[in-house]
Amino acid sequence: MNTGKRQKQRKVLLMGKSGAGKSSMRSIVFSNYVAKDVRRLGATIDVEHSNIKFMGNLMLNLWDCGGQDGFVENYLTHQRNHVFGSVAVLIFVFDIESREFQADVVSYSNIIRALEECSSGAKVFCLIHKMDLVQARLRAQLFEERADYIRAASEGFKETVDFFPTSIWDQSLYKAWTQIIYFLIPNAATIESLLQQLAEVIDARELILYERTTCLMVTHVTRGTEAQNPFTDRFERISSILKTHKQSMAKHTGIPAGSANFAEMQIKTGRFMFFITRLTENTNLAASIPPSEQVFNAARVNILLARPRFAELDIASRPRPGIQQAFAHSASAESDAVAGGGRGGEGEGDGWAVEGFVA
Amino acid sequence: MDSPYLHSPALSQHSPSDYDREQDEDPQAGSSRLKPAAQLTLMRYLQDLPDADIPPSPVPPRFHTGRLPNSKAGDGKPRLLLMGQRRSGKSSISSVVFHKLPPSETLYLETTTRIKKESMHSFMDFQVWDFPGHLDYFDPAFDVDNIFDEIGALIWVIDAQDEYLDAIMRLNTTILNLQHSYPNINVEVFVHKVDGLSEDYKSDTFRDIIQRVQDELSDHGYENAPVSFYQTSIYDHSIFEAFSKVIQKLIPQLPTLEALLNSLCSNCHIEKAYLFDVLSKIYIATDTSPTDIGSYEICSDYIDVVVDVSEIYGWDRPSENGHKENPEIDETGNNDAESLITMERKGNNYLYLREINKYLALICLMGDDSPAEKKALIDYNVGVFQQALGQVFPRAER
Repeated sequence: MNTGKRQKQRKVLLMGKSGAGKSSMRSIVFSNYVAKDVRRLGATIDVEHSNIKFMGNLMLNLWDCGGQDGFVENYLTHQRNHVFGSVAVLIFVFDIESREFQADVVSYSNIIRALEECSSGAKVFCLIHKMDLVQARLRAQLFEERADYIRAASEGFKETVDFFPTSIWDQSLYKAWTQIIYFLIPNAATIESLLQQLAEVIDARELILYERTTCLMVTHVTRGTEAQNPFTDRFERISSILKTHKQSMAKHTGIPAGSANFAEMQIKTGRFMFFITRLTENTNLAASIPPSEQVFNAARVNILLARPRFAELDIASRPRPGIQQAFAHSASAESDAVAGGGRGGEGEGDGWAVEGFVA
Repeated sequence: MDSPYLHSPALSQHSPSDYDREQDEDPQAGSSRLKPAAQLTLMRYLQDLPDADIPPSPVPPRFHTGRLPNSKAGDGKPRLLLMGQRRSGKSSISSVVFHKLPPSETLYLETTTRIKKESMHSFMDFQVWDFPGHLDYFDPAFDVDNIFDEIGALIWVIDAQDEYLDAIMRLNTTILNLQHSYPNINVEVFVHKVDGLSEDYKSDTFRDIIQRVQDELSDHGYENAPVSFYQTSIYDHSIFEAFSKVIQKLIPQLPTLEALLNSLCSNCHIEKAYLFDVLSKIYIATDTSPTDIGSYEICSDYIDVVVDVSEIYGWDRPSENGHKENPEIDETGNNDAESLITMERKGNNYLYLREINKYLALICLMGDDSPAEKKALIDYNVGVFQQALGQVFPRAER
């Protein structure tokens, strides 16, 4: 881990053969593209830099590196130090349909060697992409085979490299990126423990923290029987549901997809209650709680109260203004909210003509 | 440690009125209505059965569902006939709308060689008959009466990307034949596959088809034949919207439903309210303010969100006896699924969904001027609406 100041900027290299799907992936995850829109993307020339603010305390410095041979040659020779210096994460994308898999791996090895030389502390993620093009029953096996082969060529990163099967057409893309992001977040453990506390207090079955713009999961807390939920991919699924909804809202209201955020979404049924609300500037909190109005309302108030503490974690790398101050702040907010709680019952006496309504 | 959170029992002291009110509104909650148990989800699986059994009902329907001018058997099941030239997209339509097949998969559908009958059991029972394109129905060898008796609507599919003159000729023959013996059958013309056409060409084609059909009809003296035209595509929501309109014509209670929705909208400042059939995403009624496809789309997508989340968290939990849950909190939420989305931008506009019964859900698009605090009022009024619907639509009670 780097020092405090460095934590804010993490350099992420996105590499792989030309046409493997690097830019498509980036557009979907970070720029609110729909999967079918990526056909419009052209080839990436040289390197496209983008700075993505994630969670306030993390700036992703994403280098989308064009994969044509000429560019790669250039990265490895003239720009070697420039490209491979101080890298936090290398994401290498393999096309499962590639006809020259061997050649891809050779190119991968070259890149890995350069990476090892310039930033040996980096983490490598390999995404085996376009998995949707493989027949469902062959997927797992093919993925394992490819992963083993690539691992063997991973030189000094043999032990640490992680593999994910991905496709832009399902939630597997979110699954992979969630893991990558989790690795990059500097204070994940702190956030997690705070979330755990919050879950205990509001008696939530599950709390999931999402980043707002990308809808990627930051972390989650699961309690009690919810751990047996048969939908083990529910976090990615919700990511994908949220993203789709965001696009649909943007289309209808005509506001750009980047800012078509909802303030709150509630779903109440007899089996569970669920809501997603804004937690901090950059995060949304999804909570699944037992079906009870009482618990539901209490949970909403408590989450409101917890906001300042999460907001503080969001900007962790700054010198802290003193944790006591934050506590004092949340204590005063607490009394405000209790006073506000009594107000809920009003609003019926507005004199609306309700009786005459039945036809 | 000093926790800043409130504990739930503490809050309950502040808002007991909430619960009282809720119970007042809804005295027979739980007794007459079905258990909620994430029906939204379960019904989805039912739908996938090609011929699911009719749910048993002790109460015979008091109203005819559907306009059945020629009904002999009187089993109250309107039929929708899908007809048109071969390869015009009839089976694709029925698969996408009623079986939720992803549109891209329809490429692999086989040609239909015999009449495919499918029963739908939703807010009202109806049968969809998918006809092979190459048959001549008015051939004496066919039992014409058997086919056209009891049908609610004839849907004629025309491929807008293909040469359509033949299709129109056959359509005209069919309409003229029908006008003769079954003048009350609605003929619904779907100008299909319009997604592949440019805007200009699309509207030109559409106008041309309408013109040709109507000219022919007026030549034979049937100016007022019940023929309607729609532009459809399975790749967007237009096919669902067109089906909604077709089905709405078959609901005799439609004017009442619309009046109810209108009154709900004006009392609660709702911009647009839809009554959706959750399974098929067909809306069976909306208020009479002008509709646009955009608000239909957003409501339809919203159902997806709610259904998907319900699927994830509505699983069968083992009984939570040993769970350290507070024993006082033994209340079990509301019976009908309910959902709300408030938007960050544009002030107060938001979406509201409420499950009305096993099949139907009410979805409201709120205008900018309806503050979220009025939710209690909306909840109450929707409760009233729900009761009224129970009287109008006997099916709705089950």
